[in-house]
Amino acid sequence: MIQVTVNGKVHSFERSIDVTALLASLELAGKKVAVERNGEIVPRSAHANTLLADGDALEVVVAVGGG
Amino acid sequence: MQDLLTIAGKTYRSRLLIGTGKYRDFAQTRAAVEASGAEIVTVAIRRTNIGQNRNEPSLLEALPPSRFTYLPNTAGCYTAADAVRTLRLARELLDGHDLVKLEVLGDPHTLYPNMPETLKATEELVKDGFKVMVYCSDDPIQAQMLEAAGCVAIMPLASLIGSGMGILNPWNLQLIIEKVKLPVIVDAGVGTASDATIAMELGCDGVLMNTAVAAARDPVLMAKAMKKGVEAGREAFLAGRMPKKLYSASPSSPTEGKIAPKAA
Repeated sequence: MIQVTVNGKVHSFERSIDVTALLASLELAGKKVAVERNGEIVPRSAHANTLLADGDALEVVVAVGGG
Repeated sequence: MQDLLTIAGKTYRSRLLIGTGKYRDFAQTRAAVEASGAEIVTVAIRRTNIGQNRNEPSLLEALPPSRFTYLPNTAGCYTAADAVRTLRLARELLDGHDLVKLEVLGDPHTLYPNMPETLKATEELVKDGFKVMVYCSDDPIQAQMLEAAGCVAIMPLASLIGSGMGILNPWNLQLIIEKVKLPVIVDAGVGTASDATIAMELGCDGVLMNTAVAAARDPVLMAKAMKKGVEAGREAFLAGRMPKKLYSASPSSPTEGKIAPKAA
């Protein structure tokens, strides 16, 4: 089992998954988001082949109204 | 001849830049942006609400990036490192879009810029290929440092973010306009249309605002007023105002050919 932190909350998975699968499990598949893993951007083109490891910290962001 | 604003090699007809925060909903955001005539809109980058966003409307749908130039900001960042991370996320989110608004804040009470961190972030972002429009203090020396660091627009505050206090130090803004070659855009402090006009009459290249529009009783009408305020100020600047004369009044009508004064 691995545990990863997404936007500050811990999520557990039975085995290591890639970023595409993570986004799908969070109901974010197909949504316009950007992903950062342990402080580094994971480009959209690399979502499918970036495997998450136990302890990874991810940020998943969108654009919102702001000045 | 058309009077265009050029930022990082791209031209814009509108000199009013609009923030998209604090509106009632996306429909009002869109209506206000349309009324303002703005072509550049600022957006913030935030964590997505996991599990609650299945039918959440998206800002990207309300304001299609194909029609507006997005200016992702670093609102809420207090360090150069967080600001740089935020803008890298923005660039990824917006498919490589590299025009950004940098703001590194000093404290949550005043939202005044932290200039040492702002300069550090500017240098790092420029090295990484970003085109950086930078929110800064109205200090002409710092403005020149930012210009030397390679940003594409200097955006001094006219008064505190969200305060609506107007143009508090026109003299410093004028010094910045004289000292730097880059576009100078007043960012923060404008409260009503005359404030925008004053900024433009000073020779600013543009005005960026959010709260003055969003917090008006009628945001869409205020957006329209701001458009006119910016245009009026720009045209007055280009026209070149008459000199101020404190003691020598000068009549507008001819002094010759007046009828004879009635004998006493």
